[in-house]
Amino acid sequence: MRFYEYEAKALLRKQGVRLPDGGTAEKPADAGKIARDIGGAVVLKSQVLSGGRMKAGGVKFADTPAEAETACAEILKLPIKDQMPVNVLVEAKAAVAKEYYLGVTFDGVAKLPVMIISDMGGIDIEEVAETHPEHIAKVHLSTLHPFSDYQAKEAVASLGITGGELNQLTRVLAQLVRTFLAYNLTLAEINPLGKLEDGSFVVLDCHLDMEEEARERHQKSVLDELGIGADEMRQGRPPTEFEKRGARVDNVDHRGVAGRVVEFEGNLGLVIGAGGGSLTIFDAVQRFGGKPANYCEIGGNPSVLKACELTKVILSKPGVDKIAVIMNVVSNTRVDIVARGVVKGVVESGFDPAEKIAVFRIPGAWEGEGFKLLEKYGVHYCDRTVSMSEAARRAVEKIAG
Amino acid sequence: MSILIDENTTFIIQGITGREAVNMTRECLDYGSKVVGGVTPGRGGRDVYGVPVYDTIKEIVAKERVDGSVITVPAPFTRDAAFEAIENGIKLLVIVTERVPRYEMAQVLELARLRGTRVIGPNCLGMISPGKSKMGGIGGPAANTKQAYKPGRIGVMSRSGGMTTEIANSLTAAGFGQSTAVSIGGDPLIGSTYAELMPLFEADDETDAIVIYTEPGGPMDAQLSLWVKENKSRLPIVAFMAGKFMDKMPGMRFGHAGTIVEGKADTAAEKLERLKEAGISVAEEISQIPDLVRERLS
Repeated sequence: MRFYEYEAKALLRKQGVRLPDGGTAEKPADAGKIARDIGGAVVLKSQVLSGGRMKAGGVKFADTPAEAETACAEILKLPIKDQMPVNVLVEAKAAVAKEYYLGVTFDGVAKLPVMIISDMGGIDIEEVAETHPEHIAKVHLSTLHPFSDYQAKEAVASLGITGGELNQLTRVLAQLVRTFLAYNLTLAEINPLGKLEDGSFVVLDCHLDMEEEARERHQKSVLDELGIGADEMRQGRPPTEFEKRGARVDNVDHRGVAGRVVEFEGNLGLVIGAGGGSLTIFDAVQRFGGKPANYCEIGGNPSVLKACELTKVILSKPGVDKIAVIMNVVSNTRVDIVARGVVKGVVESGFDPAEKIAVFRIPGAWEGEGFKLLEKYGVHYCDRTVSMSEAARRAVEKIAG
Repeated sequence: MSILIDENTTFIIQGITGREAVNMTRECLDYGSKVVGGVTPGRGGRDVYGVPVYDTIKEIVAKERVDGSVITVPAPFTRDAAFEAIENGIKLLVIVTERVPRYEMAQVLELARLRGTRVIGPNCLGMISPGKSKMGGIGGPAANTKQAYKPGRIGVMSRSGGMTTEIANSLTAAGFGQSTAVSIGGDPLIGSTYAELMPLFEADDETDAIVIYTEPGGPMDAQLSLWVKENKSRLPIVAFMAGKFMDKMPGMRFGHAGTIVEGKADTAAEKLERLKEAGISVAEEISQIPDLVRERLS
């Protein structure tokens, strides 16, 4: 779960990290007041869950409170990658002499957390790694031994940094590691960390991601305080109404999973599963020129009710002509239960299963019973001798005409 | 031969009295696996399909040889269960549980490295050496498992449990049996990556080729490509990548916890490039896999 910059900064402040003076503005007048309190030039930043704000015009500078109000009004009206800002962060503009990158994340090869520091901040760290590897230091952290500040010091020193700068950077990096550990983060990044002309350091921008799996344990202690609800989705872009309805299907009972309903602009509804199967089928539909109306992941032996409700949500989306029901060979999920649920969902939506279900391809456990039912309703079904992509091709062909 | 498990492998199931675990126990027993015990604290003295249940692993290892353990306990208890298995000398863990926070999994994997324990998973269905043994829910009921998996000479590794069976099924239909098929898990941090299992397949004189199923996200494919190049592997590899549509949707998680495009290296396009560079054949769809395997073996 990604935090907005202003939330991420609030978490860093809790660990004692120094931040520019400022606050968030929900209307232009707020920005004017913050600018007056600061009493100097300010920077105004659109609060969206996406990078590339500067390029998109979501970051503006202002010398006076009046300019700040104008800039704030413009930012509040500007969508960035289809997202409207939740507010505008207004901060004192800093006189930056040099920029650094500090990060903590997991290394999937070493399978440990890793601290990353570079004296070339402000730009994409992947780019620095490619073009100037000598300007990056990476130091892994044990998860069994406690973290100690000297590890941050060694990382900083390995870049040839010494003197007061070494001590200040060590402190910020150690604070960042502690933030990472305290909140089950998967990424904690300060980029850039600015060294001001007076020699002090201040966080200019930062990016924190909390692991979805750990949200619950931080809900009462931190997330409530930040105003982040337990059911608030924070992935790439805000969820659509259709996606919210899809997400609710999973709560109809505890049997199986109806997960990750994502809306697309298309006419072929997909009842697909589970994790890997859904990815494979979605690709196949697109490869044959089909236009999926949605993505979803149903599996883990769902109940009739769950399969039925999911089918109804998908069929209710305007523009959905037919649905394709496809999964990999299942061993845990029962074919007959999914078949019953889907057919029920189609009938309850007022359609004829034979006409509405373009193809049903779920082979595996209890397939005999499932196929019998589909036959009764005249639904086109296939067994394991028909590949997932061939099933996808048939569905695309049917919808085309 | 096979890798990791064979007909002599003995294992226990932690969390054996859970609903899914009870089914899995029966499926493994029906398939011929040697399940020698199970653990559920407070349920010691009972049995599940004749498999004795204990309160602690310590009691089991005191009287039996235990080669492995399948961990099916809920996520909040997974780290503790894994620690118990590792510290009682069990050298092979299959962690089925999903939604274990990454930091806790890193702790499990760090201890496992210190003690020389191999971990498969988390968020996986386990593994199977067809005709010999299966460890985990892979393939489902014994009859379904026997339909999809046949003994043979192809090694399979997959980030998706369900797709492991789909791939095995397509290989079996084309006359290619499997030496061992491993559902390696869909999380960002897993115990055994493709590259980490390759040396085992490489050393198995009854494995002739490898099929992998992969997805966007994570450094595993680049690691495999590098391994193949550096070790001049004798084994031809055929790969299938699902989730190509995700390249246009950064920051959104699909399919599995580890399947998310965050940087350029996570994209399907970039990963496929790396795989091809290393001489790995790429299948556009599952049904092409057997043909590519045949082509690479001739």
